[in-house]
Amino acid sequence: MMKLEISGLSFSYGERQVLEDISFGVAEGEFVSLLGPSGCGKSTVLKLLTGILSPDRGRILVDGEEIRGLSSHFAYMPQNDLLFPWKTILDNVCLYGRIHGSLEEMRERAREYFPVFGLEGYEDSYPASLSGGMRQRAAFLRTALCSADILLLDEPFGALDVITRGEMQDWLLAMRKELGKTVVLVTHDMDEAIYLSDRILILNTAPAGIHGEISVCETQRDRDWLYGQGELRREIHGRIMGKERKGNAAL
Amino acid sequence: MKQTSERLMPAFFILGLLVLWEGAVRIFGIPLYVLPSPVQVAETLVQELPVLALHARVTVAEALAGVAISLVLALALGVLMDCFPMIRQGLYPVLVVTQTVPMIVLAPIFIIYMGFGAAPKILTVVLMCFFPVAVSFSDGLSQVDAEYVHLVRSYGAGQWKTYCLVKIPAAVPALLSGLKVAATYSISGAVVGEWIGSQEGLGYYLLRVKNGYMLDKVFACVAVIIFLSLCMNGLIRLYQYLGMPYLRKQR
Repeated sequence: MMKLEISGLSFSYGERQVLEDISFGVAEGEFVSLLGPSGCGKSTVLKLLTGILSPDRGRILVDGEEIRGLSSHFAYMPQNDLLFPWKTILDNVCLYGRIHGSLEEMRERAREYFPVFGLEGYEDSYPASLSGGMRQRAAFLRTALCSADILLLDEPFGALDVITRGEMQDWLLAMRKELGKTVVLVTHDMDEAIYLSDRILILNTAPAGIHGEISVCETQRDRDWLYGQGELRREIHGRIMGKERKGNAAL
Repeated sequence: MKQTSERLMPAFFILGLLVLWEGAVRIFGIPLYVLPSPVQVAETLVQELPVLALHARVTVAEALAGVAISLVLALALGVLMDCFPMIRQGLYPVLVVTQTVPMIVLAPIFIIYMGFGAAPKILTVVLMCFFPVAVSFSDGLSQVDAEYVHLVRSYGAGQWKTYCLVKIPAAVPALLSGLKVAATYSISGAVVGEWIGSQEGLGYYLLRVKNGYMLDKVFACVAVIIFLSLCMNGLIRLYQYLGMPYLRKQR
């Protein structure tokens, strides 16, 4: 059984149809990317999963059970770090505990993670005094501390410069194993999708449908490996442009 | 260097004006009942300080009560208007209209309704202070980034927690800028209320000495009103500095 299963999901903003008949599944512990050009409705998929929006049609299943509205299975991380400027980093990352009345307990747990997330010594700082990469790591820690088993990352590094983004991707790759959570990443960055994910689902422009999927082989992932993936890039680009046939491929 | 000179500029300017004023009064021999000189005002101020302090206590108490009531009302109404757009649409224009009615007309009416005690003065303060506080708070609430709201909602926060965790804290800086304006007005509001009818307070003192053509005392009293108004403004700034360390300039 799939951890997450989505079938026939459709959504429109008023007259404008954004998603049409989206179906896919994600296995337990898998890292899946939704890749597509800006404005194709990738983020809308995540908003439907978190329950911020509700679909016109279609079903969302987690562990075989249908989800409607807000669900504690999902932890959502938006593109902007959305740290509260009036809260310290420690209190920011403990947002979930604050909402669910387990603040003290979560503070203890969060403190243990600060060194791993490269935030040691910044527990009592305010977000404005942190660099973009650190803020993003704090936002990621906040997401990871949710009791959710599926992380939904919406272009988490989109607002960072190229160098910091690269560092954060390496770091996320390393963190993945430690957290052991199922991840759905939304991105428009082909390299990011290839580098981070097990499987890439390609969406093209609205109303978005899935234009096939691509499995990425499990190898020693590093930057050199990434730059050797020319064929994969061409394949993905072809599918985004809609020139290639629909279907699945493993490269 | 530049900063110090910028800070000293207003002081030099005011000092220059005072010297000019003093010189004009001496050279042209302007009598006290037309225009007292700054030195005369200062002397009177020192002499009258015990009496002024007694009256000031009454005025400050009325002003503080008025600001406090305004704050509570503005908070409640701000949240209500934000929750229910109907209330906002209906009430906002009414709020604006209340500000166009001259206070000097309303104050005597309040005395007819409420007698000569502190109540009509406090109400005058409330009418002057409520508007800037309510409008700035309500605007602050409506400008909160929807993404923040989505985030805490996706973490499972209900309506009430969303207000406590995101909306109200995010609107506090706007609220404080309204409160700064209101606090500065509050002393003048109380003075207007007292001027119309009372047995104590700076407004009452002002009316008495004006009727006696003791212009040095009038000016001394005005100096006290200016000082107190600045203090009220300073009080809010102090709260902002101490209560919101994240707003201080970072490093």
